Amino acid sequence: MAKEESAGPPEVTTKPWNDPKVRSIFFQVVLLILVVLAGMYIFGNTADNLERQGIATGFSFFGTTAGFGIITHLIEYNEASSYGRAFAVGLLNTLLVAFCGIIAATILGVVIGISRLSKNWMVSRMAMVYIETFRNIPLLLQIFFWYFAVLRALPQPKNSVNFLDSIFINSRGIYMPSAIYEDGFSLVLWALGIAVVAVVVMTRWAHKRQDQTGQQFHTIYYSIALLIGLPLLAFTVTGFPLSWEIPALKGFNFAGGTVIIPEFVALWLSLSIYTASFIAEIVRAGIQAVSHGQTEAAHALGIKAGPTLQLVILPQALRVIIPPLSSQFLNLTKNSSLATAIAYPELVSVFTGTVLNQTGQAVEIISVTMAVYLSISLGISAMMNWYNAKMALVER
Amino acid sequence: MTAETQYLPGAHPNLPPPASTIGVVGWMRANLFSNTTNTLLTIIAFYIIYLLVPPAISWTLINADFSGDSREACDSGGACWVFISVRMGQFMYGFYPAEERWRVDITFILLVALMIPMFIDSFRHKAWLGAIILFVYPVIGFYLLAGGSFGLVEVETPRWGGLSLTLIIAIVGIVGSFPIGLLLALGRRSDMPAVSAFCTGFIELWRGVPLITVLFMSSVMFPLFLPEGVNFDKLVRALVGVMLFSAAYMAETVRGGLQAIPKGQYEAAEALGLTYWKTMVFIILPQALKHVIPGIVGNFIGLFKDTTLVLIIGLFDFLGIVQAASTDPKWLGYSVEGYAFCAMVYWVFCFSMSQYSQSIERKLHTGH
Repeated sequence: MAKEESAGPPEVTTKPWNDPKVRSIFFQVVLLILVVLAGMYIFGNTADNLERQGIATGFSFFGTTAGFGIITHLIEYNEASSYGRAFAVGLLNTLLVAFCGIIAATILGVVIGISRLSKNWMVSRMAMVYIETFRNIPLLLQIFFWYFAVLRALPQPKNSVNFLDSIFINSRGIYMPSAIYEDGFSLVLWALGIAVVAVVVMTRWAHKRQDQTGQQFHTIYYSIALLIGLPLLAFTVTGFPLSWEIPALKGFNFAGGTVIIPEFVALWLSLSIYTASFIAEIVRAGIQAVSHGQTEAAHALGIKAGPTLQLVILPQALRVIIPPLSSQFLNLTKNSSLATAIAYPELVSVFTGTVLNQTGQAVEIISVTMAVYLSISLGISAMMNWYNAKMALVER
Repeated sequence: MTAETQYLPGAHPNLPPPASTIGVVGWMRANLFSNTTNTLLTIIAFYIIYLLVPPAISWTLINADFSGDSREACDSGGACWVFISVRMGQFMYGFYPAEERWRVDITFILLVALMIPMFIDSFRHKAWLGAIILFVYPVIGFYLLAGGSFGLVEVETPRWGGLSLTLIIAIVGIVGSFPIGLLLALGRRSDMPAVSAFCTGFIELWRGVPLITVLFMSSVMFPLFLPEGVNFDKLVRALVGVMLFSAAYMAETVRGGLQAIPKGQYEAAEALGLTYWKTMVFIILPQALKHVIPGIVGNFIGLFKDTTLVLIIGLFDFLGIVQAASTDPKWLGYSVEGYAFCAMVYWVFCFSMSQYSQSIERKLHTGH
């Protein structure tokens, strides 16, 4: 018998091309080389093309005079402003429409999502028809419909729809009185700020007291009283430092006041209506995900219907609702770029449209636009992740 | 005569339920008028329907004009469907020459004919047919549509348009994005850090930006990437953009399915000595894809709706051609009819896809 043979398993000699580690490194190196080569190829071609076509490179164009007007701007802007300023105007307009759209879509979506679960057959059917209609029609078509078929078909300024001689709706937009702040108005804002702080402090105190003594304190009425009363008091004391500028028809159009342009209204309406149909489904699924036993258990403990919803159902439903809801907010923000089809001056329309046409610096402009949207996306998802972590189930 | 009958315990015949709890009346009491709030809501709902539905029906059907060949035929005050019927050819085929439109018809009929057996459960050669649809059909379809050989007149892509262009973009986008998305999903879950980082970066980049910037990139920036003299058709560039964009979303959907597969499945496959690709193709993907079919169909619906965006870079898809037709001076003022028709077509496509996905979901829901 061959006693000298070792008792252990035989030595396995792996060929290097069969060793998983070697193969893994090999594939990664190949991928890296390919990416670098593709990058160099693209970079080289782009540099050649730009040189041949005589297109400038770099970001110095941000300081150059833009020379075009923008119909609506949140910050000071005129034709002598720079491209950088135009970029900021576009970005702010994107954020404005996204913000307004998110608020309207959330409210509408929650209402419709809850209606979808209503015990009333008519209400739940109507919510279903709403959802199935609006989420199956392309957003761009809805934007076109609101803009070209509804808002552009409104009467001319001369025959505007008139509310109380101060709000006028016509094909050029919605004209509203604008506020003129006089001396002392800052005091009203200060009062509002103090009221907000007071409400926060009061709510904390009320929670603490309830935890310690079990006594409840209805903060809601006091909060409303504080939030409305304090600024109102300041407003009265300072002698009403606010006046209104009413728009008036001059020639063919209105002058004075604030105008909301139809492009904004069309975009805002269609974004809200379209996204609301998705949010409604998310809300419905979230509420349905909380088992009915939770409601029954809360009722068995003697908790009333209102607190049951607020303290038992919603915290559990929100956990299911928030991740898809945040991605809908992201979608809405990205979809606001469709405004370029109706020339609402947001980021893509101003920057990737007009500025790109004037400067021809496609690479820089499109990269900057993409970077902006990427950072908005990452920002919103970071915020939502933080909220999600806060709301997440803490297991024992 | 109505002396009370005495019953032994348990011998009383079952009485019918009270009349107010059964039939139409009972249903209405339970579902529409169960309490004051519900009654109020029902009345409001009926009022809204009264406000919306009768005018809509009278506009679309009763007062509408259906026949004629110019706008003079539209005089009854309702919808002017003449606009749609006169422009129908353009809405379907774009600027494709009228005498060559049979080629578009054949391309789509061929696809439908090839697809039908895929939906028949007892058909046994699905793999072969699938391969034909994926690899042979696109070549035939391309030659039929573009022409330029086999005695067919060449039709350049700028003349393609209408609903047929929408379908081409959607189908190519869907079919093309699926394999790319699968690979990206597998890559993102790979153990190799470089591969995983590359795939993650790629997916997040495309998912973080709007499709419109991708299309702008494909139409303005992409030509700069290529050497002098080499240039692709605008349609091809848009298709590549749509495909990559949609692949990123597909990858995330598939990744969701991959994460739902228990680790034991991987370990069992490894214990059997299967290689990575065999594990994936025979064990993991069949289970994972089954989980995510609704998500994939959802992606398809999203992509189908997103094809409308190509009109911004100047391709005349279905919405683009309807929009162009409604600005035609001869038919000014009939944009609502155009949009209504367009919305109806998109709605039918998207709604039937979502219903199909739900029926698959029910069929595959083998339950526990």
